[in-house]
Amino acid sequence: MPATQTTIVPASDERVRRVSPFKRLLGRPELGAIAGSMLVWLFFASVAGRSGFISAAGTATYLQVAAELGILAIAVSLLMIAGEFDLSVGSIIGASGMLMTILSVTYGFNIWLAILAALVFSLLIGFFNGYLVIKTGLPSFIVTLGTLFIFRGVTIGVTRLITGRTQVGGLNEVAGYNLAHALFASDITIGGGHFSVSILWWLVLAALATWVLLRTRFGNWIFGVGGDPNASRNVGVPVARVKITLFMMTAVAATLIAIIQAVAFSGADVLRGDQREFFAIIAVVIGGNLLTGGYGSAIGSVFGALIFGMVRQGIVFARVDADWFQVFLGSMVLIAVLVNNYVRKRAIRAR
Amino acid sequence: MNNNQTPLIEVQNISKYFGNVIALEDISLKVSAGEVMCLLGDNGAGKSTLIKVLSGVHQHDTGHMLVEGKEVHFTSPRDALEHGIATVYQDLAMIPLMSVSRNFFLGSEPTTGWGPFRRFDVELADRVTRQELSKMGIEIRDTAQAVGTLSGGERQSVAIARAIYFGAKVLILDEPTSALGVKEASVVLRYIAQARARGIGVIFITHNVHHAYPIGDYFTILNRGRSYGTFAKADVTREEVVAMMAGGEELQELSHELEEFARSDKALAGKLAEMGHELENATQPAATIQARTE
Repeated sequence: MPATQTTIVPASDERVRRVSPFKRLLGRPELGAIAGSMLVWLFFASVAGRSGFISAAGTATYLQVAAELGILAIAVSLLMIAGEFDLSVGSIIGASGMLMTILSVTYGFNIWLAILAALVFSLLIGFFNGYLVIKTGLPSFIVTLGTLFIFRGVTIGVTRLITGRTQVGGLNEVAGYNLAHALFASDITIGGGHFSVSILWWLVLAALATWVLLRTRFGNWIFGVGGDPNASRNVGVPVARVKITLFMMTAVAATLIAIIQAVAFSGADVLRGDQREFFAIIAVVIGGNLLTGGYGSAIGSVFGALIFGMVRQGIVFARVDADWFQVFLGSMVLIAVLVNNYVRKRAIRAR
Repeated sequence: MNNNQTPLIEVQNISKYFGNVIALEDISLKVSAGEVMCLLGDNGAGKSTLIKVLSGVHQHDTGHMLVEGKEVHFTSPRDALEHGIATVYQDLAMIPLMSVSRNFFLGSEPTTGWGPFRRFDVELADRVTRQELSKMGIEIRDTAQAVGTLSGGERQSVAIARAIYFGAKVLILDEPTSALGVKEASVVLRYIAQARARGIGVIFITHNVHHAYPIGDYFTILNRGRSYGTFAKADVTREEVVAMMAGGEELQELSHELEEFARSDKALAGKLAEMGHELENATQPAATIQARTE
């Protein structure tokens, strides 16, 4: 038997260089998106500053666009860190908004009861997505591509069957609407800009998601599950539960957007939320989240959504034909992925 | 040496079949506290199957398994872990993009606070990770650095430290040194010695005798699903272990073949020398003709 080795613990390791907070920031996944936001803001401020981009009113418009995507992007970013996709969120927005509106307008439910029903419905839908992904073992990209069309088709079919139309309005005459409007669709006026309350929802949810991700067991599991599901399972992480929970949270986030939009527009359209799934993924990827999972942040998705909002509204302020928006967006995704790859390699390499 | 104490884990006459394939036949093995048992064998000897039985991935078909004298039947790796049997696999179960301390506590995160405010105690995780690693003699530069930035040996060491911290009484190490350079392998061997000194029973699986012999107290040699038996270090030399690992007779056969090669090489060399002579002589046509007729 060998003698116990005494280990001398040095007070501080001489190999440790003091890492400045700035250097630490360089290793964060959201760095690219923060720098990108500044660049995009500077660009539109110089190009479209005089036409109102930098005014409070201009800021309020792009923040609202960013918020209504950002709420979704936060949930999608957690799901992506866990290594999964949800392409069906666009259809869930359409389905939940329509469900809530039909229940209130056609069947006379109190709006809060209808909202509750829509939330329960989205939990079930999210569970269905997650369960299907886990049980079939198919890539979630394929599974939710399927459910994207199924949910949309069912929404259109059922809505037409019940109401004979594809748009249903009149939500503002339903019991409880005023409180719902105050909570989901009101404005706060600051310096002449009407800031949508959805911005507040967005920021609060971002803070909550960041806390969950970085400061809870569940957050640690999200990273683990996305980084290596088998390794995580071996150390006792309930992989299926983590993934299904995140699918459910993503569906709830989609429903929250559906509620905000239904209340704001006082009705629903079966096509609402179309293409949101792609925009959400774009915001999340621009935000520095790794497509293959295991790396990223909710804060990144906030800046990704912010860039999306600034570009979408900035183009209008700059009086460029809005047709060019998609070109901007697509190019930005490509640049973001290249930057992300570089940042990730830095993180892996010994600093 | 430790015959009077109850072994931490013991298997008696264990067999494992996959359909009509006999993966393990009549294997017996025991490890007591503070012992390193080296499980040696060539590829396909059944080492992997045996550790999978020990770690609860597979269930044995016949024979008995005892943990601290009590018969057990593991139903899952989790089950084995709860009995204090921890396995560090070759692929390590570490997530490269996650930090050292997050990896260390993955699946068993310490929490603080209550109710909805219950949170992952990051400070405690960092402190414990640093402490546990320094107990093993590893000074980590920064517990927030990604595991992907560590060397192979450091990763092994973190995995070993983690298993010990979470109450492993028996540590099963699956080829921990096989992918490492000489220096790194010796670092890992030192951690195995540390673990032994802390009273942990170690099962060290390897096919490298040069790694096993210096550290092992006992050697169990597997060949084609069967055991050649267990030998205490005092009773066996390094060369004998090598011979048994390769399958004694086969090795004899091999050395016989090699001698044969050497003989035929000699014959060939002789022939070549002869041909050289002939070529020299070839300048004289008459001699060449003579040589040919010969």
